[in-house]
Amino acid sequence: MADKERVLVMGNQACVLGAIYAGLRFFAGYPITPSTEVAEGCARELPKIGGRFIQMEDEIGSIAAVIGASVSGLKAMTATSGPGYSLMIENLGYAYMTETPLVVINVQRGGPSTGLPTKVSQSDTMQAKWGPHGDYTAITVAPSTIGETVTEVIRAFNLAERFRTPVTVLLDEVLGHSRQIITLPEPGEIEIFDRVKPTCSPEEFEAFAMTPNMVSPMPAYGEGYRYVCTGLTHDTKGFTTNKSEEIAPKMYKLRHKIIDYQDEIHKMRAEKMDDAEVAFISYGSVARAALQATDIVRKAGYKVGALQLQTIWPFPDEKLREMCGKCRAVVVAELNMGQIVHEVRRALPPDIEVHELQRYDGEILTPMQLVNKLEEVL
Amino acid sequence: MTTATKNKKSQKSSVILDYLRPNKGMPSVWCAGCGNGIVMTAIIRAVDNLGLSKDEVVMASGIGCSSRMPMYLDFSALHTTHGRSLAFATGVKFARPELKVIDITGDGDALAIGGNHFIHACRRNIDITAILINNNIYGMTGGQGSPTTPSGAFSTTTPYGNSEKHFDPCSLAKAAGASFVARTTVYHATQMDTIIQKAISHRGFSLVEVISNCHTYYGRLNRMGDAVAMLNDFKNRAVPLAKSKKMTEEEMVGKFAIGVLHQEEKTEFCDVYQSVVDKVKGGK
Ligand code: SF4
Repeated sequence: MADKERVLVMGNQACVLGAIYAGLRFFAGYPITPSTEVAEGCARELPKIGGRFIQMEDEIGSIAAVIGASVSGLKAMTATSGPGYSLMIENLGYAYMTETPLVVINVQRGGPSTGLPTKVSQSDTMQAKWGPHGDYTAITVAPSTIGETVTEVIRAFNLAERFRTPVTVLLDEVLGHSRQIITLPEPGEIEIFDRVKPTCSPEEFEAFAMTPNMVSPMPAYGEGYRYVCTGLTHDTKGFTTNKSEEIAPKMYKLRHKIIDYQDEIHKMRAEKMDDAEVAFISYGSVARAALQATDIVRKAGYKVGALQLQTIWPFPDEKLREMCGKCRAVVVAELNMGQIVHEVRRALPPDIEVHELQRYDGEILTPMQLVNKLEEVL
Repeated sequence: MTTATKNKKSQKSSVILDYLRPNKGMPSVWCAGCGNGIVMTAIIRAVDNLGLSKDEVVMASGIGCSSRMPMYLDFSALHTTHGRSLAFATGVKFARPELKVIDITGDGDALAIGGNHFIHACRRNIDITAILINNNIYGMTGGQGSPTTPSGAFSTTTPYGNSEKHFDPCSLAKAAGASFVARTTVYHATQMDTIIQKAISHRGFSLVEVISNCHTYYGRLNRMGDAVAMLNDFKNRAVPLAKSKKMTEEEMVGKFAIGVLHQEEKTEFCDVYQSVVDKVKGGK
């Protein structure tokens, strides 16, 4: 094949393409608008490559089955939307605690509760960080185009495998359901990371051993390493513990295996930022409107740029400070009542004005709304 | 004791020791005399008799006293969230059909918080052996009423007697599609060995309900005496299936049938899915 493969797909289908490229072999899910096409795509495609698809009885069971498949050695994923994500939170916590790699796609709709099944929203941004109870560090990525959905889902799998942790991919209804012609990466074009397996003997093996990068090698069930996988706080062998000298290292590991290496996780797209005095900060489908708005005001002669957060969590404090170094003001645009804007305020020095633009009526932010907001700022 | 029987006995206890997880601090969290230990040794004997390797067994469980069992046995252990173990186990079995998946659960775990996962695992007829240790109460949290607490019985949340009706897990499993359903008690240890062995060998979803004693809470709150008294009670109330069929409903009041209550040949979920995979791949 001389030319790269070009296909017309919707965002939800792009999730399936990206996941399979990354090595997905197991999907468990439950129908929910607006994410259902991810499950349908997996049901169709996975058997063709010897993978497995199962529709579970609910979202609690879906992520449970995904965890079961992951500890059994398969790359596994589920997809849902707000109400289903809320149900998954219980076992998502189990996955953080047991350091189980997996990917959850959340195609966001309006909430709270059943909210707006067919309308766009970005109101699960904070939930992706603080969904389950307890202390842990979440990784969340967010694409803004269909093509980027493929590559961000691949990145989500790589991060899950690299850090032995669940990764949430935040889409939104508009992104999930809009269609675009995209170019697929060729086999081998994007590097795929697989979890590190133990090389020691089963006798020496400790399932949650402290290693130099704090990530423990992970065998699959049936490979001769018999260990305890439990959601109770455990020692390096996996045995439950109440000893403070064993609890603290486990908690430290959950956090620091990620934040000490967050440079590997951060990704941000900067457009026309070199001389920008004012910057749009956005993520997901809003980032597309921000790019258009930037073009419009640049033509009118204003020094405006756009920053798109592709990594949402852990929040890229330092990178954002660096990128906004020359700005006197930023406009944070999101489809909620103000979530990521608080992170931006926290991260940026006080001399940079932080303006906010929000929409929470189930509709998208248009480029003109962003332009109009800028008139207040400039 | 003759040398022959002595040898046999020491051989047997070494089998048990061989299957206990090395380095795991004993004693267990269980009260002395709890039925959970009897079930654990029955599972060991069943696995040993079947000649399964430790590496091919995965033991999943939820939350509760009985669900601590996978911690103590030298298999791969998946100690999960309350009520969800069958959904986790489904993921393991479907991902790696060559593994033997045994799920340990209790009456609260499987039938209250996990009721949905329980009926759907039965319906799929996925090849998992679920061993439901039914002690009619929540032991780990200190004696609250469960879905199998009989009407009128006492617990810390039914201090004036249970106003609710109780579930029969075996009828529920059969109605939901499980292809192997059996009931036994911790008194009937030999029968339990055979039943668990049959359940593991059965291809499809198997439920073994083991009536067990929580003398610490259920026994005490209902004035049933110590562990031995409760085991005696099971002995008196259990009726072999064949005999129970000849008894009238009136004669069966307060009693329950034990044995393999239901077994049928039925296609198994992973097998059927594999044939779909073969067809789809072949048709490409
Ligand atoms: S509380 Fe009851 S069920 Fe739990 S270990 Fe003690 S006797 Fe057994």
